[in-house]
Amino acid sequence: MAPRARADEDDKGAGVVGDDAAAEPLIEVDGVEKVFSVRRKAGRLRRVREEVRAVDGISFRVPRGEMVGYIGPNGAGKSTTIKMLTGILVPSGGRLRVAGIDPARERTRLARRIGVVFGQRTTLWWDLPLKDSYELVRRMYRIPDAVYRANLERCVELLDLAPLLAVPVRQLSLGQRMRGDIAAALLPDPEVLYLDEPTIGLDVLSKAKVRGFLHEVNAERGTTVLLTTHDLTDIEQLCRRVMVIDHGRLVYDGGLDGLRTAGGGERMLVVELERELPPIEGVPGARTVKVAGPRQWLAFPASQSAAPLVAAVAARYPLVDLSVREPDIESLIAELYAGGGKRADTAGDGGKIGRAL
Amino acid sequence: MASERPAARPGVARGRVAAVAQGLSAYGLIVRMWVRSSLAYRTSFVLMACGNFAANALDFVAIMLMFSRIDALGGFSLPEVAFLYGTSGAALGLADLALGSIEGLGRRVRDGTLDTLLLRPAPVFAQMAADRFALRRLGRITQALLVLGWSLPRIEVDWTVGRVLLVPLMVVCGTAIFAAVYTAGAAFQFWAQDAAEVQNSFTYGGNAMLQYPPTVFAKELVRGVTFLVPLAFVNWLPALRLLGHPDPLGLPGWVDFLGPVVAALMCTGAGLVWRLGLRAYRSTGS
Repeated sequence: MAPRARADEDDKGAGVVGDDAAAEPLIEVDGVEKVFSVRRKAGRLRRVREEVRAVDGISFRVPRGEMVGYIGPNGAGKSTTIKMLTGILVPSGGRLRVAGIDPARERTRLARRIGVVFGQRTTLWWDLPLKDSYELVRRMYRIPDAVYRANLERCVELLDLAPLLAVPVRQLSLGQRMRGDIAAALLPDPEVLYLDEPTIGLDVLSKAKVRGFLHEVNAERGTTVLLTTHDLTDIEQLCRRVMVIDHGRLVYDGGLDGLRTAGGGERMLVVELERELPPIEGVPGARTVKVAGPRQWLAFPASQSAAPLVAAVAARYPLVDLSVREPDIESLIAELYAGGGKRADTAGDGGKIGRAL
Repeated sequence: MASERPAARPGVARGRVAAVAQGLSAYGLIVRMWVRSSLAYRTSFVLMACGNFAANALDFVAIMLMFSRIDALGGFSLPEVAFLYGTSGAALGLADLALGSIEGLGRRVRDGTLDTLLLRPAPVFAQMAADRFALRRLGRITQALLVLGWSLPRIEVDWTVGRVLLVPLMVVCGTAIFAAVYTAGAAFQFWAQDAAEVQNSFTYGGNAMLQYPPTVFAKELVRGVTFLVPLAFVNWLPALRLLGHPDPLGLPGWVDFLGPVVAALMCTGAGLVWRLGLRAYRSTGS
């Protein structure tokens, strides 16, 4: 792929802020808040002003080249965070730096160095054919010819865009448009790529294609990626680090494995016995949660090893077959959300609880 | 932080110039792209332009029909009314062509697509103004200029160099005034997203009014478009001077030449309102 022509300049820019050369943070967020004041009708004429804290003092750092999943329920503040990181919205408080730039103050300067994909809406020109949109991107971002050609060629190849280039954006299907959008965001060689629900509404094949491409971009180009999604498979397949936001607060920041423990999740041992028997009892650390014919389900803490359990069951029951089911991330996160308030407090004084886990 | 600030300060003026250059180049880029894409369907483009021309031409036919019954309207002859019609129509047409698309701002705020403009490395104003640039609007301009051309040899004016130059100056200032109205109207939509109609009443409504002599309107109305929304400077005041008609408001003579000053003031004001609006949007979101 095209050489990173701007690498020198970038290093200088970030060097002003960067305190640690080894893990140079590309995105720095310190106690950032966003408070919306909403007017609500109260009675026929009276209107009440209400403050909504969409983002309530979050802090994190993302080093260059990392791929981070940013998840949370609807209205948790994910999109607001991304809008602040791109300079669309001005934070109400806190400090924000992306590649050493304050996004709100130097929005257009930052725009050249970041790529953004909104799953819900396109950043392309709706009525123009895809290739005209790309041409506009090239000239607007002043992408050097060689870089542009190399990037376009690669995106067209990996995202199967060749048959779509002459089609106006409004005629593309959702999956095609998404691929078109991702390519457009990557043409200017961004240092950071923000993806706001990039796989929303896509079919399985399109999802796989998009994921594969993102993985390659991150691995080969070292592009830093911040990914917002509701589809946890995206996170499982792409991100080693996950940040969970709820009610505007960061409730978890750490590895995917840690999320399992933090969620207090349980694993499930499914055993198949020779015949129907009463619920298994007396296995330490496990409890039988379901019985269906000869099959029984035993729940045990995710942190505990399954081996002694299997041994204990096999010693006393006629065991035919068994399997261990990992906890569903979705339910883990649901648990995290439910306990969001409590965890947020610990996150407040402890800083990065997740990282330690 | 401390080391960044001092470096930024001397660069502010240069930054402003750079932003304008960036805006103009982005405007040019987007406009060229739209022109190209509209010319791709040549027949459709020609039909649209002709339709635009015809719709406006009928407008003037109505005035001509009226003059088949009367000899003068408020003391103005047909060529004189045609002169008013041509100058106002050309000014509005040019402003509409250059940045008429900006009135779609409210829709973009409502459906959230304004955010995508904020992500691009170009001023939002330039992107909005060039959005859906419609060359077919040349239809209105052509028609207005034809009417103006027809009127010029027929109006009774003792043409001097200054008076000849006054005509294009009127059109330029008028364009700037209408452009300011478009911009301010669009900026207003940052707060009230459905306010496009208000702006239309000033642009299209204003144009419909300026086509007729000020003498046919109530004095309060004439005062309103002189002092409140100074559309009178588009063509009424300079035309009164050129055609030798008395000012219905009896303003001092030098007021007739304030067109460029008024245009500059309005553009500055509109620019400020736009900036305020954009700032309000960025701190409240949609």
